[in-house]
Amino acid sequence: MAEPMGFFTDTSVCIGCKACEVACKAWNQLPARNGGKVQLSGMSYDNTVSLSGIQWRHVKFIEDFTPDRSTGRWLMMSDVCKHCVRAACLEACPTGAIIRTEFDTVVIQQDVCNGCRACISACPFGVIEINPETNTAMKCTLCYDRLQAGMVPACAQACPTQSIQFGPISELRQRAQQRLEQLHAQGVTQARLYGHDESILGGLNSFYLLLDEPEKYGLPSNPQLPSTRVPAAAAVSTATAVVLGLLGLVGLRKQRMDQLAAAAKQGNDGE
Amino acid sequence: MGSNMAENHPVAFRWVAEAKRRGAKVVHIDPRFTRTSALADLYVPLRSGTDIAFLGGLIRYVIENEKYFKDYVVNYTNAATIIRDDFQDTEDLEGVFSGLKEAPQGTNQKYVYDNATWQYKRVAAWDVAKAREEAKKAATFAEMIQKMVPPAAEKDPTLQHPRTVFQIVRRHFSRYTPEMVEQICGTPKELFLRVAEILAENSGPERTTMMVYAMGWTQHTYGVQNIGAAALLQLLLGNVGRPGGGILALRGHATIQGSTDVPTLHHSIHGYMAHPDARRNHDTLRDYMLTETRPTGFWANLPKFLVSYLKSMYGDAAKPENDFGYDWHPKIAGDYSFMASFHAMARGEIKGAFFFGQNPATSINGSLIRRALANLDWMVVKDNFEIETAAFWYKSPEVERGEMKPEEIKTEVFLFPSAQVAEIEGTFTNTQRWIQFHEKAADPPGDCRSDAWFTHQLALRLKKLYADSTLPRDEGFKNLTWDFDYDPGHYPTNTRIQGEPDVMKIWREINGFKTDTGELLKGFGELKDDGSTTCASWIYCGAYPEEGKFLPANRNPDPDDKPGTHLGWAFAWPANRRILYNRASADPNGNPWSERKKLVWWDATQKKWVGYDVPDFPATKAPDTPAKPGAAGMDAHDGKSPFILLPDGKGWLFVPTGLQDGPLPTHYEPVESPVPNLLYPKWQINPIAKIYEHERNQLATVGDTQYPIVLTTYRLTEHHLSGAMSRWLPWLAELQPELFVEISPELAAEKGIKNLDLVRVSSKRGSIVAKALVTPRLRPLTVNGKTVHQIGMPWHWGFMGLAVGDVVNDLTSWVADPNVMIHEAKALLVNVEKAQ
Ligand code: SF4
Ligand code: SF4
Repeated sequence: MAEPMGFFTDTSVCIGCKACEVACKAWNQLPARNGGKVQLSGMSYDNTVSLSGIQWRHVKFIEDFTPDRSTGRWLMMSDVCKHCVRAACLEACPTGAIIRTEFDTVVIQQDVCNGCRACISACPFGVIEINPETNTAMKCTLCYDRLQAGMVPACAQACPTQSIQFGPISELRQRAQQRLEQLHAQGVTQARLYGHDESILGGLNSFYLLLDEPEKYGLPSNPQLPSTRVPAAAAVSTATAVVLGLLGLVGLRKQRMDQLAAAAKQGNDGE
Repeated sequence: MGSNMAENHPVAFRWVAEAKRRGAKVVHIDPRFTRTSALADLYVPLRSGTDIAFLGGLIRYVIENEKYFKDYVVNYTNAATIIRDDFQDTEDLEGVFSGLKEAPQGTNQKYVYDNATWQYKRVAAWDVAKAREEAKKAATFAEMIQKMVPPAAEKDPTLQHPRTVFQIVRRHFSRYTPEMVEQICGTPKELFLRVAEILAENSGPERTTMMVYAMGWTQHTYGVQNIGAAALLQLLLGNVGRPGGGILALRGHATIQGSTDVPTLHHSIHGYMAHPDARRNHDTLRDYMLTETRPTGFWANLPKFLVSYLKSMYGDAAKPENDFGYDWHPKIAGDYSFMASFHAMARGEIKGAFFFGQNPATSINGSLIRRALANLDWMVVKDNFEIETAAFWYKSPEVERGEMKPEEIKTEVFLFPSAQVAEIEGTFTNTQRWIQFHEKAADPPGDCRSDAWFTHQLALRLKKLYADSTLPRDEGFKNLTWDFDYDPGHYPTNTRIQGEPDVMKIWREINGFKTDTGELLKGFGELKDDGSTTCASWIYCGAYPEEGKFLPANRNPDPDDKPGTHLGWAFAWPANRRILYNRASADPNGNPWSERKKLVWWDATQKKWVGYDVPDFPATKAPDTPAKPGAAGMDAHDGKSPFILLPDGKGWLFVPTGLQDGPLPTHYEPVESPVPNLLYPKWQINPIAKIYEHERNQLATVGDTQYPIVLTTYRLTEHHLSGAMSRWLPWLAELQPELFVEISPELAAEKGIKNLDLVRVSSKRGSIVAKALVTPRLRPLTVNGKTVHQIGMPWHWGFMGLAVGDVVNDLTSWVADPNVMIHEAKALLVNVEKAQ
């Protein structure tokens, strides 16, 4: 297997230009909502509103000002599928349409998906939706086709400020750590990483540098697998991991998943 | 300041983000909190249109607190030069300079200036008129220029003489106190002082500050003076000609820089030479040269540039005995700028028009423009889609309102579909003057054609039509060289399009060659004034130095960081130089000011200027070279004068020539302002601003109670200009689907407006409807004790395409800066009401 690959999105340099949204739609040939004829949302400069089956990248705009403007920020963040190491969608999918690729990314195989929606409710980040044109569940593939051709995902390629960085997870983690330390040294004490380590769903292969609490960006600070709430499902996932391990399909990721499954089980036992 | 770089120049902004990552401080001073402010370390609000007051405050701070870069100022600027005794400043005349007089008829101005008194005081008396008479008799152009050299200017290097530029500047800005800045700009004094401190701390031998502007500075009736104020400040701080310094003009469009270099400007020809003009003393070639040549400094070479240009126009027909065809060259006889042209069109004086990549139907004072378009017999629109300009006659708001009837409009519209950028090959010139070649990716579909194809085909057809004319006035057009067809057998085979010109032949003409051998020129140093060289654009000369070597196609970046000037990437005019006036990056003795900021320096062993950039200085002129008294050209400068294009080689804090509206920036209010001019109560607005009189170009009065709100217009990342390249594309249309008006929560509460409500915005010229976007990013300001509300509207919309909306420019007016005739869309007065 290739090295785990993913995104590190540094929101501190995001300028909300939406080049990532457009590059994603152009490469993946996703349509504009209602052919582009839509209404102003009134939510700051966000008019694509949320991730969906035809919106795999979504830039959030958060206006955060005190009434007297003595402090004020305009936070921007390009949201996308997190390519969770413990992916609830994958675990929930009854048809096996959702797979983990050789890059440790999570992909929905369009020819297998039957549109049953199990993944939609499973994903703790609200990433997946049905694409009305195909009636299948769709989300970011981390440009699986481009990766197979040795290319950078379209959004990362288009991002002018390198807010979206693509690369091997291990390298991205180092870079993220350095950037965090730099920001702290510059007095941006609120800066933090999100999903860079195993504490969130075994690690997010698309992780973030945020300038405030995750909730400020509409991200759960402690997202849960549906399975951790349901002991039986946790057992299934452990079994899945073991099976996968037996098949020898996973190396590093298996370890991480095993550890996590064990931890989750423990947590459940404790409850 | 005056720019919203993150939104409108996101690709260039990557370098700001990178600099920030490396610890640079970013300060954003703007009426609105934008996506640029979001990334800035410090955001500073100010009232739209008060930049000179703010910059003037900084100038005063720098002078009074002795934060200026003394060695730089004394040696490299005209601070020490003494101005004529009869010059009077705004301090003496309560807001205007000496030389103000009533404007002649037809200039659309009330006053104009005569700049005679703004000149340097000379060590000896000098009669220009007499010198000119003598010079006219000279045998050669060189001799002629020599005779025009004035006596030296008087100087006081101690800067103490009360009539030195330095002391005049100090007095001029003495009233721009931090308190005054707060009263005029609405910027809290503490914030202003923080900016001043950051700026001063970040300038000097070890550090430099860059100022970045765009339309926020230009679109004012004193737009040029906004930039002049920044230039003055940067010169005081020693931030010009040094890495990381300077003033970065962000151009609003790909290759807008290129279009002013190889110009679409109405008042200049290639390479910023003045357009021959019937109103100036340009009757003959000699008159032109005598009027336009600056006898000392690099511009003394003008005759070489101009003669080579005329050779490029008229080829073999341009000979010494016919003044190289100068008499055939068209002369301008008035103001042919955008607004003046539409003013004439509104009077029915223009019969036909071509609009390439321009959408005037959504432009300044839109309703008036659309009515003017109806006076045309014909128009040609060449664009990607049927834009508003092409559809004005059946779909404009005037037609909807029944004010214009399609059956009564005689204008015949020819709409030509255009090729897109990826469907043509050619060069772009960016804001850093880099000329970059791009290849064509695919043929355009259907009948879409490049602008080059269109112009070439039009010219070929016109040439044919004129071929048999015997009229003397047609001789120029008949002699115009037009030799851009591919050589037989060389037309590209991988295209179905026929009739494109050979772009390398166009480049050959731009770059220039020797007329006898046809050999390409290696640089403008080879240009001659005897007709032996041809070159359309002297500043681009050397980009194509030999066959098979086209520098704009170069793609060899420097390795990581070292040295970072990337001389192997593209070609930067002039002479592949990346930073202009870079002699100033070294001290007067030729050593770098600091190790950190070294760029170009004098190598005493090699006896030449060396460094990371192409030195912008005579290569072997030592720093201790004295000026030659009475000499013309570069010999008039000593080895310590970096500003080689200026006659005295010094950066101008005080500008004796070239500006129409004064030698120093002065705060005036926008033509429409909610408040009186606090600094100069007698002169509310720029006294020589252009105001194009028309019944549909009414203006609000000062503090107009019917129009109490300041509107500033702008662009968004998601759309491009009038939307002709974006509002038709679903992926972009959905990102910003509808016109909106940004309103502060305070104003919204006052007016009972909620987010997404439909509101009506009205000015003296028009009234439009938009959705309210209530946002704390806008804020009311306290200006001289009065609350001033500012609102903002992006002007991308129109009545055609996918994302449609009212035309924001229906609110703006025909008023203009007197130097470059740009309009004032950044600060005007409106009212806002909830729409019924
Ligand atoms: S973010 Fe949601 S859709 Fe993406 S991998 Fe995780 S669970 Fe699946
Ligand atoms: S392309 Fe980059 S900078 Fe632009 S919105 Fe997306 S993440 Fe932000």
